[in-house]
Amino acid sequence: MVIAVLAVQGAFAEHEQMLERLGVPYVELRKKEDLLQKYDGIILPGGESTVQGKLLKELDMFDTLKQQIENGIPVLATCAGLILLADKIENDEREYFKTLPVTVKRNAYGRQLGSFYTEQELTGIGVIPMTFIRAPYITDVGEGVEILAEENGHIVAVRGKNQLAMSFHPELDHDERIHKYFVDMISA
Amino acid sequence: MSERYKLNKELAQMLKGGVIMDVTTPEQAKIAEAAGACAVMALERIPADIRAAGGVSRMSDPKMIKGIQDAVSIPVMAKCRIGHFVEAQVLEAIEIDYIDESEVLSPADDIYHIDKTKFKVPFVCGAKDLGEALRRISEGASMIRTKGEPGTGDIVQAVRHMRMMNSEIAKITAMREDELFQEAKVLQVPYDLVVYVHENGKLPVVNFAAGGVATPADAALMMQLGAEGVFVGSGIFKSGNPEKRANAIVKAVTNYKDAGLIASLSEDLGEAMVGINEQEIQLLMAERGK
Repeated sequence: MVIAVLAVQGAFAEHEQMLERLGVPYVELRKKEDLLQKYDGIILPGGESTVQGKLLKELDMFDTLKQQIENGIPVLATCAGLILLADKIENDEREYFKTLPVTVKRNAYGRQLGSFYTEQELTGIGVIPMTFIRAPYITDVGEGVEILAEENGHIVAVRGKNQLAMSFHPELDHDERIHKYFVDMISA
Repeated sequence: MSERYKLNKELAQMLKGGVIMDVTTPEQAKIAEAAGACAVMALERIPADIRAAGGVSRMSDPKMIKGIQDAVSIPVMAKCRIGHFVEAQVLEAIEIDYIDESEVLSPADDIYHIDKTKFKVPFVCGAKDLGEALRRISEGASMIRTKGEPGTGDIVQAVRHMRMMNSEIAKITAMREDELFQEAKVLQVPYDLVVYVHENGKLPVVNFAAGGVATPADAALMMQLGAEGVFVGSGIFKSGNPEKRANAIVKAVTNYKDAGLIASLSEDLGEAMVGINEQEIQLLMAERGK
C-alpha cells in the first residue's frame, strides 16, 4: 500500500510522519507528473485552502485528482482538505472538488485566538485528541454522509463513502488512530 | 508547554510551504491572497520605504490593519517594535493572528525583548544565528524567521543567517551530551532548548526565510537551504508587476527543487525591485535586537 500526500502547501510533513510511524510508504504530490505515480489513497492536509486550491488548479493537478476521488480512491482530508472536498462553502465563493456533499463554514471559530484543543468521541474510534487551528466546521450534510463527531453542537468529522474528512488536525497530536482507521479504509 | 503555545506553534506549521507577503492596503492584501499568499503582513510602509523615509518607524494604525483583516480570509500578521509590549497588547486586542516583533521598526527597548509568554496571540521573531533564535523562543516566540536585510532586495544576509543557523544546528547535533551544558553557556540560551536541538536536529518551532527575497529563484534558494517557507516584503509591491511576481514566487516555493519550472516562472516578470547592495546600506536592521 502506498499513500499519496498532497504537498503543495501546509502541514503535509506531519501526515508523512504519522505514516512513517505506521510503517506505510508514501509519495508526495507537488506537480502534475506526480499524479502518474501509483497510490491507493490520498491525504489532503491542513494549510490554507485558498493557496492549495489555487496551486492545484494552476499546476494542472485539479482535474485528475477530482477524477481519482470521484472514481472512489480513499481520501483523508483535514481542515483545509475538508474545505477542498466540500460541495459548498458557506462564507466563500471559491469552489474546489465538490465531491463531498457537505456545507462548511471557513474560519468558523474566528481568528487564531479562537483556536483550541479538546478531546471528543469519534464514532468507531473512541475519544480522540482534536486540535482546531482557525478551523472550519460543517453546517449541513447531504445524503450518504455519516456524521462521526460533533464538538459543542458543531459537526467536525464525517465520512461520505470513500472520503473521511474532519475540521481538526489528527496529524498534530501523537495519536495514530485516525490514520490507522484510514489505512483500514484503504485495505477494506 | 502551555496549550496556547502549542496551538500557536501549530498555526505556524499550517503556514509551511507558503509565502507571507507584506501589504499596505486592503487592495494589496486581496492581490496577495489571490496570488496565493498563505498569510499577509499588514504594515503602513514596506521596509524599502521605511529605509528611504528614515525617522522612527512604529506599529501601524489599527484601523488600517482591521481594514486588511476584513479584506482577506487568510491569517493577518502585523509588526510591533522590539520590546514595545503595549504595541503588542494593542495588536492582541484587535485579534491579530501573529505578531512580528520586528527589527524592521525602530526598537523601543535596547535591552529587553517582549515577554511573549504573557500573550495569547503568537509571535514570530527574526534571528541571524541560533543563539538569537533560541533566545526568542525562550521568551515565547512560536515561529522564527531569518532577519536577512529587509527592504534591500539583496538576499545575501538571509543566506548568511540561514547558513549560520544550519551550521550551528549541525554542530550541536554532533556534540556529545556532556558538551551541551557549555554550549548553552556559549549561546546564552536555556539548556533544555540546546538539548532539543541536539536530539531533533532542528529548531523547536517553524523557521521561515525573510529579508531580501526578490525573485522566484531567491525564494527557492532559501527553501533549498532549509527554510520552511518565505516572507516577501518589499520584493513584490516594489516590483514592476506585483501580481505576476507574487504568483511566481508562490509556485517556486512549492516546487523549489524543480529548476525547469523556476526557469519558466522567472520569465517576463518585469522589473525586479531595484535593490541596494549590503555595502551601500546606511542602516543594518539585522543588528537590532539580539
